[in-house]
Amino acid sequence: MKPMKIFLGVFLASVVLAGCSSTGKKGEGEEGAAAGAAGAGTSGYSGGAGGGLSGGAGAGGGGRYGVADLDNPQSPLYKKVVYFQYDSSEVAPEYVAVVAAHAEFLAANPGQHVTLEGHADERGSREYNVALGEGRGKSVANMLKLQGVSDAQIQVVSYGEEKPACMGHDDSCWQQNRRVEFAYPGH
Amino acid sequence: MEKIVRTWIAAGALALIGAMWPLHAGAELKIEITQGVERASPIAIAPFGAQGAQLPVDVADVISADLNRSGRFKAMDPDSMMSRPETPDQVRFKDWQLLGQDHLVIGQVRPAAGGYTVEFHLYDVLRGGEMVSYTIDSPAADLRRTAHRIADIVYQQLTGMPGAFATRIAYVTSAMGENGKRQYKVQVADADGFGPQTIVTSPEPLMSPSWSADGNKLAYVSFENKTSAIYTQTLATGQRQLVSSLPGINGAPAWAPDGSRLAVTLSKDGNAEVYVLNLQSKALLNVSNNRAIDTEPNWSPDGSSIVFTSDRGGKPQLYLAPASGGAAQRVTYEGEYNARGVFAPDGKSLAMVHGGGGGFRIAVLDLASKSLRVLTKGPLDESPSFASNGSMIMYASKVGSEGYLNAVSVDGSVQQRLSSETRDVREPAWSPL
Repeated sequence: MKPMKIFLGVFLASVVLAGCSSTGKKGEGEEGAAAGAAGAGTSGYSGGAGGGLSGGAGAGGGGRYGVADLDNPQSPLYKKVVYFQYDSSEVAPEYVAVVAAHAEFLAANPGQHVTLEGHADERGSREYNVALGEGRGKSVANMLKLQGVSDAQIQVVSYGEEKPACMGHDDSCWQQNRRVEFAYPGH
Repeated sequence: MEKIVRTWIAAGALALIGAMWPLHAGAELKIEITQGVERASPIAIAPFGAQGAQLPVDVADVISADLNRSGRFKAMDPDSMMSRPETPDQVRFKDWQLLGQDHLVIGQVRPAAGGYTVEFHLYDVLRGGEMVSYTIDSPAADLRRTAHRIADIVYQQLTGMPGAFATRIAYVTSAMGENGKRQYKVQVADADGFGPQTIVTSPEPLMSPSWSADGNKLAYVSFENKTSAIYTQTLATGQRQLVSSLPGINGAPAWAPDGSRLAVTLSKDGNAEVYVLNLQSKALLNVSNNRAIDTEPNWSPDGSSIVFTSDRGGKPQLYLAPASGGAAQRVTYEGEYNARGVFAPDGKSLAMVHGGGGGFRIAVLDLASKSLRVLTKGPLDESPSFASNGSMIMYASKVGSEGYLNAVSVDGSVQQRLSSETRDVREPAWSPL
């Protein structure tokens, strides 16, 4: 149970962090564009009341975040991508806050499901990259679970290098392609 | 002779079924030789006689293109020929000696019940004698394949190695569809790129086509249900079967030589492991047994062992394990990245993706001497697949936003590039037959 405490600590710290600045290192390509189209017009954090979840939230459902936050550029939940180092599935410190926000949302809304889509850059062989992408998805899934999200809410799917966010063959593209995306149904 | 005739009747029946596939033909692959052997042997393939009949295929042209593509022969332009013999009595060796040709092929295509009878003769021009002659019955729809078969026989006579011209390749394409969405396809074409047929189309990724040993089926990975699953599909009928859709990875199918089992990668128990899946009983046997990533299985030709990629040592390297289960042994030590190992048809060497430093290249490891030869330049080469005769390795490479298929001879001397209008072609799998 020790790891749990550590993670809660990190989590609290990260919420503060996230509150201070929502303009982290982000904004790469596809993700921003897709979410931006749907997210215009929503304001602020919706809080518990805004959490009218279509999936049927459990008792006390909602918590601090609501589904609207997924499409709200001001909300930590708007960030739905975690990036990784080459040949690594370790979640870097700068993304702990992103994962923590989603963990809080999911833990407070047990009816909400998420697919963690794992991806790899194009280097090396394709099926090995599928395994790498899955390792990344599982790392994020484990963090979510440590923060109270149930197994049943999470599905990990690895696409390996098959769905690049950036099509080039250089470091800057590869960096954007080594990622896990939080895919919420309908968002 | 009898054997060849029988084989071709069977192939013809298949081709007839093939003609009824409810499938779309795709863009053809174009093949160019980017490097040939220094002294390609000059050979003349005289236009085949047709006795006035209009043939659907220029048999001599197909044979010439096959032999040229091997890089080992230079087929003569028919316009430069002094004579065009169709029967043995019309052959004058002096003509061909004068033209500097080492060998000559002549032949005739005669209409027969249900198709054609093709007769051909191969001559040694310098000695002035016949080396071999055959008569082959060919169903009408199968004349092109018969031409490839003749190229196979000529190649074997002159090099001592069986040809692999009458084979096919499966591969994956990715392109933007008319609706602006990406579309993935598994296609099968003749080894010369002719007549591509689409086996399956999906808006989600398709991966890892693998041939059954009899050449009748493909296994592949499809994400069509937004998660990975392994399917097998009979080419002649299009009949498709879902063989694995467990939670997590369902990937890297590789058919056992006996056709009864698939080696696959599954992560149902938490991490990627190589399993042998019995297609009848559905029983699973874990052959990698390690907490690291284990994937990309490939069977030794005798079916006794399986090579796979594992990062149990920290970096991806190739390991060999008994197909019946047991301890795995590491087989690659040179370089920091060795993956997707595939056995040569004779089982004596492994081709792989070899990475480190500047990029990823195709290399071949001789299992007895442990010597590793790097055959390609990279930087993003992947998915090696041997021709059935072991002479060439096909692989995929990337340049800009395009993906190409390439072939390289195992001695590195001959290189080909196959390009397609589709622009992004990958994961070639060369058919065993």
